Amino acid sequence: MNEALLRGLTPSVLGVLVRRGADFAVAEDAVQDALVEAVRVWPADPPRDAKGWLVTVAWRKFLDATRSDTARRRREDLVDEEPAPGPASAVDDTLQLYFLCAHPSLTPSSAVALTLRAVGGLTTRQIAQAYLVPEATMAQRISRAKRTVSGVRFDQPGDVATVLRVLYLVFNEGYSGDVDLSAEAIRLTRQLAAAIDHPEVAGLLALMLLHHARRAARTAPDGSLVPLAEQDRGRWDTASIAEGVEVLQTALARDRLGEYQAQAAVAALHADAPTAEETDWVQIVEWYDELARLTDSPVVRLNRAVAVGQADGPRAGLAALAALDGSLPRRTAVEAWLRERDGDLGTAARLYAEAAGKAPNLAERDHLTRQAARLNARRGPR
Amino acid sequence: MAKYLLLKHYRGAPAAVNDVPMDRWAPEEITAHIQYMKDFAARLEETGEFVDGQALAPEGTWVRYDGEGRPPVTDGPFAETKDLIAGWMVIDVDGYERAVELAGELSAAPGAGGKPIHEWLELRPFLTEPPTITE
Repeated sequence: MNEALLRGLTPSVLGVLVRRGADFAVAEDAVQDALVEAVRVWPADPPRDAKGWLVTVAWRKFLDATRSDTARRRREDLVDEEPAPGPASAVDDTLQLYFLCAHPSLTPSSAVALTLRAVGGLTTRQIAQAYLVPEATMAQRISRAKRTVSGVRFDQPGDVATVLRVLYLVFNEGYSGDVDLSAEAIRLTRQLAAAIDHPEVAGLLALMLLHHARRAARTAPDGSLVPLAEQDRGRWDTASIAEGVEVLQTALARDRLGEYQAQAAVAALHADAPTAEETDWVQIVEWYDELARLTDSPVVRLNRAVAVGQADGPRAGLAALAALDGSLPRRTAVEAWLRERDGDLGTAARLYAEAAGKAPNLAERDHLTRQAARLNARRGPR
Repeated sequence: MAKYLLLKHYRGAPAAVNDVPMDRWAPEEITAHIQYMKDFAARLEETGEFVDGQALAPEGTWVRYDGEGRPPVTDGPFAETKDLIAGWMVIDVDGYERAVELAGELSAAPGAGGKPIHEWLELRPFLTEPPTITE
């Protein structure tokens, strides 16, 4: 049985229950129960209509749950009504669920957890393992999130930008556990792109595909980080790159540029270079200029300084860097790299070591420490 | 989504405002303190931010490798060790501001006279996994 296919039905099944008047929190639990039962029953007895089966089982579970609690009268009303499917399509329901799970009243970590469960169909245990927290903690986080959005009307139009931020977080900050969160983020973004025609949704999907394509080349067998310039480009996933480029080109043709499309354009230019030396840094600088106009983010200006250093030489890169706040994460690492290219190995070694001390993750810290050690070894005995 | 370690020290932290050793508190003040710590952890479980909490014995042993085929060397405890960890709590929160807010609440645990200890807690971010998007 294809688990991703089964989980892909989650939002439309949940949508049907909510449209029938079921309380979102109770319905969401009922759909989870139905998924568990499907995993148990389907291998021996596959249904002809998978979605219909899930709706029937989830609805029964929902009725069981409400029968046993105080909402009894409400349940009887619901049963009397004998639900009509309503005018809404599965596509609309899916879209509404994305909006609800990324509602602005939720904190980012709650929105991520709720999206993975209610839209992605992952179990609480899988989500807890992916974020390295106890299952009880994740269960509480999800049930609080459900309470927070319980008063939100299901058919209220939401903001695509908040949904995209949540999906970006899932893609960018996954741990390497049982569930492949990057692949899950791509699946959820693909599903969203099918539900709404929006150039930034396509932009984010392209961005994910283009970065995911490099995954095999990003780490050495010992787990250490391989920088973009040193990656074996033969190990990049060309099918994923081709899809990402195509999705991006279609989006860009709409002429409604946004930050995800611009970021994807940078990734596409890297993907397009047969070797690191052939990278079109001049065009990359132009895309960072666009991005800076769109977001005014200091991280963008830092990345732009790297690109300027490549396009116009390290002195130009250092000049671009000079305007940036010294406390900006990774600024020291960028300066170390530019100083090295400028031939000032002593300063570069010192800055690499300093940057290692400030690195936000282990792989980056180890990488920067190795850079410092490499330069110190070249400069002579300790 | 960021994990932080809240470190509590037996020794080595700057002096607390209400700096009276626990063995000089009234018994009911000790009870109230322990209850506060339990309630705090329970509240974090409730908000979906709790990861782990442990207390450590004050006396430990220093151990090091002593060469092939030889048993490890043990030593200590050393009275001159400046930093002595009493326990920790690991939290998973949305960001630094929330971590500081929670550490502040934990530091308000009541001590002598039923007044907050204003104990200094050390807040240390975990190193994470590298992000997927690198440029």
